[in-house]
Amino acid sequence: MTAPADNKPLLDVRGLTIEIDTRRGPAVIVDGINLTVGKGETLGVVGESGCGKSLTMLSLVRLLPNKIRVKGGTAEFAGRDLLKMSKSELRQVRGGKIGFVFQDPMTSLNPVMRIGDQLCEPLIYHRKMNKADARVRAIELLRLVGIPGPEQRIEAYPHELSGGMRQRVMIAIGLACDPELLIADEPTTALDVTIQAQIVDLVKDLRKKLNMSVVWITHDLALIAGLVDRVAVLYAGTVVEDAPVNELFARPTHPYTRGLLASIPKLSDERASRLSSIGGTPPEPGRRPKGCPFAPRCGLAESVCHERVPVLEPVAGSGGHRVACFVAQRQMMEAA
Amino acid sequence: MAAEPLIKVENLVKHFVVRLGAFGERGATVYAVDDVSFDIFAGETLSLVGESGCGKSTTGFTLLNLQKATSGKVIFQGENIVSLDEKRMRPYRRELQIVFQDPYSTLNPRMTIGEVVGEPILFHKLATKAELPECVSRLLADVGLPARFAQRYPHELSGGQRQRVAIARALACQPKFIVCDEAISALDVSVQAQIINLLLDLQEKYGLTYLFIAHDLAVVRHISTRVGVMYLGRMAELATREQLFSNPLHPYTRALLSAVPEADPELEKTRQRQILTGDVPSPLAPPAGCRFHTRCPIAMDKCKAVVPEWREVVPGHHVSCHAVGMETAG
Ligand SMILES: Nc1ncnc2c1ncn2[C@@H]1O[C@H](COP(=O)(O)OP(=O)(O)OP(=O)(O)O)[C@@H](O)[C@H]1O
Ligand SMILES: Nc1ncnc2c1ncn2[C@@H]1O[C@H](COP(=O)(O)OP(=O)(O)OP(=O)(O)O)[C@@H](O)[C@H]1O
Ligand code: SF4
Ligand SMILES: [Mg+2]
Ligand SMILES: [Mg+2]
Repeated sequence: MTAPADNKPLLDVRGLTIEIDTRRGPAVIVDGINLTVGKGETLGVVGESGCGKSLTMLSLVRLLPNKIRVKGGTAEFAGRDLLKMSKSELRQVRGGKIGFVFQDPMTSLNPVMRIGDQLCEPLIYHRKMNKADARVRAIELLRLVGIPGPEQRIEAYPHELSGGMRQRVMIAIGLACDPELLIADEPTTALDVTIQAQIVDLVKDLRKKLNMSVVWITHDLALIAGLVDRVAVLYAGTVVEDAPVNELFARPTHPYTRGLLASIPKLSDERASRLSSIGGTPPEPGRRPKGCPFAPRCGLAESVCHERVPVLEPVAGSGGHRVACFVAQRQMMEAA
Repeated sequence: MAAEPLIKVENLVKHFVVRLGAFGERGATVYAVDDVSFDIFAGETLSLVGESGCGKSTTGFTLLNLQKATSGKVIFQGENIVSLDEKRMRPYRRELQIVFQDPYSTLNPRMTIGEVVGEPILFHKLATKAELPECVSRLLADVGLPARFAQRYPHELSGGQRQRVAIARALACQPKFIVCDEAISALDVSVQAQIINLLLDLQEKYGLTYLFIAHDLAVVRHISTRVGVMYLGRMAELATREQLFSNPLHPYTRALLSAVPEADPELEKTRQRQILTGDVPSPLAPPAGCRFHTRCPIAMDKCKAVVPEWREVVPGHHVSCHAVGMETAG
């Protein structure tokens, strides 16, 4: 595999469109997404439950469920299109150069196989390790993700572990072969803050050591604040805002992003008051409105929002911050 | 809160025997929950927090007699429910519900969402067949899902959507008490806010009681009446929310509170976390004495040998640590 030229991103997703068969015919779930991740860069992906985060990432390693398929677009990894690779090429990449942490540990861990064997598998396949070496490495990986007593725990079955331990086994599997790219789908939802911090530090460390690139899907904006370089905000299968992390927190521009940030309960909150939440629900695939997908729930929507689809455009006065919102774009024009 | 507790947990113990070695030739014991006592009052939200693997889920399961307790009692309506077999447990099942940490493994993959949510309603005769679709739609709407989802199967939902189906199913029985085990952890903040608001509304309207297992301390602070902190199978501290967050007494609680991230990249880069040194001990071989002594910044000799007593140091504020109150007492 050829190394990417230095200025080329490691992962370059363009116009990715994913479709599903429904009773009423095919419906678009993911609608022409562009994402890039540079070498050594960490991209955070946030967005409402059901907006297509998991399917986007699954499509990259070609693990989409039945009835769901990629309709268009490319996804170049180190210069090669993942979406066009042969099955055998893909097997070399998946679990090797690309590490993957799935959202649902219970469905991706094999319930009748000891976790040690599940950890050794990629090491033996991709790294050509012998059994004994793989076992040593597996124990080390469990220790790195903070599982106490790894020598014994390596022999546990998934159901004998706590929810957070299973999640950490998934992370260990994802990191097993020192991947160039780690795709982690909500990897820390079941972890307490101390262990979350430990995992975040571990990933930061590997990023430095291996120059690893990371795509980190999460709903926890606080967690990624100190971890990622850039954030892409997804809504109903499209990227609605995309910015360096400091920029995003300092100047959230899309009304949906602002709503998300406003919904975070703060540790300093005193009373059990009602939290602000974005009213309504996101549109389902196949039932998306004709204009901006957020328009039906947006407090700022104007008639143009219901008519046309806004595209990502640079936010004035800041590098690399883009937003897809007519009203925000107009307000910037007026302010300029 | 002087009222009789809704549920009384007394010296609850749950040990698992596991097989080790390639052929399972060696046995070992996991001390998952070890001598835990606390009360749950009607209408309150009692949160349980603590490191991954410290026994929160196991406490929830054994409390509801979904796993057999090794010893101890759980008193609900005058009955020790952990001693009941499934048949005698049945009358209590509707009132005591749980939202599992891992919804996917607990939703029957062959049932549609409508059946998943509707089943307990029919089973407990809370509505007629004719009223059912209406009931199901309302429950789905409450958790922010469109009524059309009733026709889908669990695998056709996203992670957060499945978690909300599990919540709808628990609410369907109109229970008195719900164990919410990381029930909102896979949801984005806006949907989280919606579900938290729903839980608080139901509590206000029907006096529902929650045991809320969570790791997000901001959420815990937001919704709890009281908070219990567990460490390696034991309760370290239990207090009202105000007491716990403004005056944490146990060294572990203090470390835990210092680790909370804030949604601010600038603050995050400079924040001082109190990192606990030392590995988390294994529940297969928990340390003697205070289980926290291997990592405690102020541990004394006594801590290595003597299990600290579970005591109420200020009204409503329980803690198990030898060091607490020493300055004032001695
Ligand atoms: N197998 C399937 N059949 C039909 N619809 C599906 C299937 N899998 C996912 N979907 C739908 O596709 C949409 C996107 O799902 P996806 O799992 O990518 O969401 P997500 O952004 O990861 O959400 P979450 O944060 O809740 O995990 C959702 O609305 C979901 O209901
Ligand atoms: N069926 C089982 N067999 C053996 N050990 C078990 C079993 N279930 C749980 N354990 C062990 O009991 C301990 C407590 O687990 P539990 O699931 O209660 O933790 P938890 O506090 O809920 O953690 P998390 O926050 O990660 O969900 C863990 O060490 C776990 O491995
Ligand atoms: S009892 Fe001793 S070891 Fe345990 S928390 Fe208190 S001071 Fe630390
Ligand atoms: Mg997902
Ligand atoms: Mg648990």
